[in-house]
Amino acid sequence: MSKSNKNQTYSHDLPATPMDPDLQAARDEKIKVAMIGLCGCWGCTLSLLDMDEALLGLLDKVTILRSSFTDIKRIPERCAIGFIEGGVANEENVETLIEFRENCDILISVGACAVWGGVPAMRNEVQLSDCLNEAYVDSVTAVSDAIPTIPYHEDIPRITGKVFPCHEVVKMDYFIPGCPPEGATILKVLDDLINGRPFDLPASINRYD
Amino acid sequence: MKWRFISTSAEEITRKVGNKAAFFLYQQLLLDDAGRRLNTTLQPIAAMSLRIENMNNKIPKIIQRYQADQTRLLDMLWDLHHLFGYIPDDALSELANGLNMSLNDARETRSFYHYFHDRPSGKYTLYLSDTVIARMNGYQAVQAALERESGAPIGGMDPTGTFGLYSTPCVGLSDQEPVMLVDEVVFTRLTPEKVSDIISQLKQGRSPEEIANPSGLPKDDIAYVDQLVETTIHQAGPVFFQQPNDFPELLNHCLDVGPDVVIETITAAKLRGHGGAGFSTGLKWRLCREAAGAAKYVICNADEGEPGTFKDRALLTRSPQAVFMGMVLAASVIGAREGIIYLRQEYIYLKAFLEKQLQLFREQQLLGNSILGRAGFNFDIRIQMGAGAYVCGDESALIESCEGKRGTPRVKPPYPVEQGYLGMPTCVNNVETLVAVTRVLQEGADWYQSLGVENSRGSRLMSVSGDCDRPGIYEVEWGTTLNQVLSSVGAIDPWAVQISGPSGECVAVEKSGERCFGYSDLACNGSLMIFNHSRDLLSIVKHFMQFFVDESCGICTPCRAGNVDLHNKVERVMAGRACQQDLDEMVSWGSLVRSTSRCGLGGTSPNPILTTLKQFPEIYQAKLTEQQGALLPSFDLQAALMDNEQARIELTQKELNHASEAIK
Amino acid sequence: MSIEIIIDGESVTTEAGTNLVDVAAENGVYIPTLCYLKGKPCLGTCRVCSVRVNGHIIAACTLPVSEGMNVEVNAPDLLDMRKALIEILFVEGNHNCPSCEKSGRCDLQATGYELGMVVSRFPYRFPLREREVAAKHLWLERDRCIFCQRCVEFIRDKATDQKIFSIRGRGTTAQIEIDIALADRMPPEQVREAAEICPVGCIIEKGVGFNDPIGQRKFEIQSVRERALDIKDSAAESGHE
Repeated sequence: MSKSNKNQTYSHDLPATPMDPDLQAARDEKIKVAMIGLCGCWGCTLSLLDMDEALLGLLDKVTILRSSFTDIKRIPERCAIGFIEGGVANEENVETLIEFRENCDILISVGACAVWGGVPAMRNEVQLSDCLNEAYVDSVTAVSDAIPTIPYHEDIPRITGKVFPCHEVVKMDYFIPGCPPEGATILKVLDDLINGRPFDLPASINRYD
Repeated sequence: MKWRFISTSAEEITRKVGNKAAFFLYQQLLLDDAGRRLNTTLQPIAAMSLRIENMNNKIPKIIQRYQADQTRLLDMLWDLHHLFGYIPDDALSELANGLNMSLNDARETRSFYHYFHDRPSGKYTLYLSDTVIARMNGYQAVQAALERESGAPIGGMDPTGTFGLYSTPCVGLSDQEPVMLVDEVVFTRLTPEKVSDIISQLKQGRSPEEIANPSGLPKDDIAYVDQLVETTIHQAGPVFFQQPNDFPELLNHCLDVGPDVVIETITAAKLRGHGGAGFSTGLKWRLCREAAGAAKYVICNADEGEPGTFKDRALLTRSPQAVFMGMVLAASVIGAREGIIYLRQEYIYLKAFLEKQLQLFREQQLLGNSILGRAGFNFDIRIQMGAGAYVCGDESALIESCEGKRGTPRVKPPYPVEQGYLGMPTCVNNVETLVAVTRVLQEGADWYQSLGVENSRGSRLMSVSGDCDRPGIYEVEWGTTLNQVLSSVGAIDPWAVQISGPSGECVAVEKSGERCFGYSDLACNGSLMIFNHSRDLLSIVKHFMQFFVDESCGICTPCRAGNVDLHNKVERVMAGRACQQDLDEMVSWGSLVRSTSRCGLGGTSPNPILTTLKQFPEIYQAKLTEQQGALLPSFDLQAALMDNEQARIELTQKELNHASEAIK
Repeated sequence: MSIEIIIDGESVTTEAGTNLVDVAAENGVYIPTLCYLKGKPCLGTCRVCSVRVNGHIIAACTLPVSEGMNVEVNAPDLLDMRKALIEILFVEGNHNCPSCEKSGRCDLQATGYELGMVVSRFPYRFPLREREVAAKHLWLERDRCIFCQRCVEFIRDKATDQKIFSIRGRGTTAQIEIDIALADRMPPEQVREAAEICPVGCIIEKGVGFNDPIGQRKFEIQSVRERALDIKDSAAESGHE
């Protein structure tokens, strides 16, 4: 797990109020789940939240270490199940995905972007230079008189030539397609896995759109 | 105003404005529908005006020549090609109109064949044969010399439009590579010096024919063919290349005993088709004879496209009449009046010679009306030129091509013996099979049965190339071992042998040397390519896979799409980015392509990978990598980020331009 | 002539020469198809109906049945083989369902669901194939074409019987073409037929968009499997829907 250096502080290294020991102990028993977004629209992460009250039934078995509610950059400890939203479009995505792969027992691609690149991958049909040119140099939304500049800074991750599905970068165990998948679909997969049933997406709930 | 003529034919323009002005207007025809200039160089003015002249009435004449018969589209496309040096859209449009076809329908056929171009392809069109054997014999240096001397890059033209340079798959001369075709003339054993000489002569205005045939031998003479190419038969007989032949006597005899006895003889000889599938020739003839049809056809498959194979060329050169005789016998048995020899374009220099030989056959009353004076026995043969498509070696694709269409293999059933050419029962036999039939009927079933081994009777011609002292043609009796053949051809340090071309199998000499040629073991389809220990087998496999990617007709999913993924897997292995899983996937995807494809092309295209994985696992294992950490070895982050650097460099100048404008 | 064949171990009585896809459907066995249209000449292009007959893999739509055939449809290796063919079609073009007009009405998508595809095992290619928009009533999203040949073979100019759709090039360079002049004189019902006969979102009718709300689209009302097994329905479809 990456550690802050003297110039940078990661959110997961910030001081935090110690948790009640009993609660911590109860939580340590549970199956740890995390979800993070790469290059996507966060719609799939919202779908996870769309499980709504159905999630309550799982909470005596599961604890969610990272989601949109706990917006930490890295998971603080090893997880049993990691959900990935979004495809790989820059070097930070690669780093994050590797970090998750190394720290999750099961890693699942959630949604069209993670599964095959999705909407961001529409740029794969054109050259990256055309893409950057359209966005920054000959942009229709450019501020007039301003000198166009392609943003470049060591803190800004460099984008990759193409958007990659997660499984072309690291090994992924399961896939939940959809744009986004229904909360109920993610719930079914999660419920199956934590109860030791095999992954199964019947045709009735399998959706690509 | 200036767009007015875009979709008008050149002929119409000429009529309206006269020849001189027509050229300038004609340039507009090279603009596409949206008015963008097509990415092409205009032909020199002289050639262009010539073209305008040519357009007048030429196309209606072409249509008339073939009685507006759509099924002769391939011939008409060749005629257009000969008129213009390529097949321009406007001429094609006029042709399509005259044939009641949409332009796109005609384009479908044009775009299917390698030797048809839709834009200028040079006053002289050069096709360099790109084969693994050529690449072992100085291909790269020859290609570089051609590009340098002609000024044309591979796949394009020089700026003056004099030379068009293209690579082409095997042209059936693997024993004398590197080889190129210049229009209809072939030049063998190329070296950079020889290439320089040829190009400089062409530049001086000498025609390819004059360069290749300085003494001006007539094209229909065997001496002309021999001047162009070598036909080296190291080992002949008992079946092939036998002389002399009394064909009238043979035919009279067969006509006297009747078709049933002829079929019985061929069946009893257990003759199997030499084209690849090994189907019983007797059964094929019987099925075709029994099939109902208003007309029946005999087709000789002379589309010898399998890389490394050139034995049919040798037969057509040395024993053409034995081939014709086989066709006449087939016609007499099944009741055909018309026969077609489907000759691959790469053998165009044989055409005049074959036409002459056919004429001699007619003079002997072995073709034509009332053959050998027998009333009612009418049969003649025409030569159908192919236009560059390996898949046309499939008999149903070949029939489609004969009908003027794309060479797409048909859905079977029905089989050609029931519904073939023009929907009629058709007997398609390979060149070598037809010669074998002639010999079987000359010598009898018992004689043929005495040759070879159980399940594989008779002998086979093998085209031998690669690392050996004596490349050329060998007749090998079934049952001979691989080691015996290797020793008779003078193999040098043989490591691997590609049997039957890319679609066949690659075997390790060490493991398979004692295996026997025959249908139940090494089912050789006519070619042996020998590779010594210094050869890079993986790049050979990759070359073969690229060949299948290029030659897949694309009609069915597994072959069209699957071969691309198989090819890319080989690249991944070569790049050192593959792991064991990739090899497993190659086997599984290969099996998918092999079992679900529509025709034999996809049915055999994974073989280069599958057979080398079996016989040479070590060449793959040596390239495998272990995954370090979570990142898959196949993912190349550096390359992905390099794209980014590249894009930024490309855009820097633009940024600077904007900046300097802003400063002003 | 009445014959008996075996489909997945069950003996089935049928007429000799009937198409295997139809025989299977009549007996409740679903064989997925993309290019096949009941009642039309067999195209045999997509190969998604591959089954095993007497030990050999064969595309079911190309096979007229005959006495004693032993047909395997749902063996695990065959299920996977057919799924692989769907998966390779998904990577060969750009099948971006979220942005596709045909979503919910697309045979390829519906068959993907039915065969349990969640991702493709093949590398995604993202080909660039330019769309053709010049015709008045329809346009071609070429990167969705699966080369099934339905439009090429079955949609012809009424007056001349000429081809309106065609394929240019071969193999990986092939692309679908449309004759603009002929296309512009297609009557509205033929335009609709062309758009509907297309098993993917390649042929799109202009001026018509997402007309059915999500949840009420063709394959949401009745899955592709149900449609294939509903003989009455597929017979109606063969005319054209």
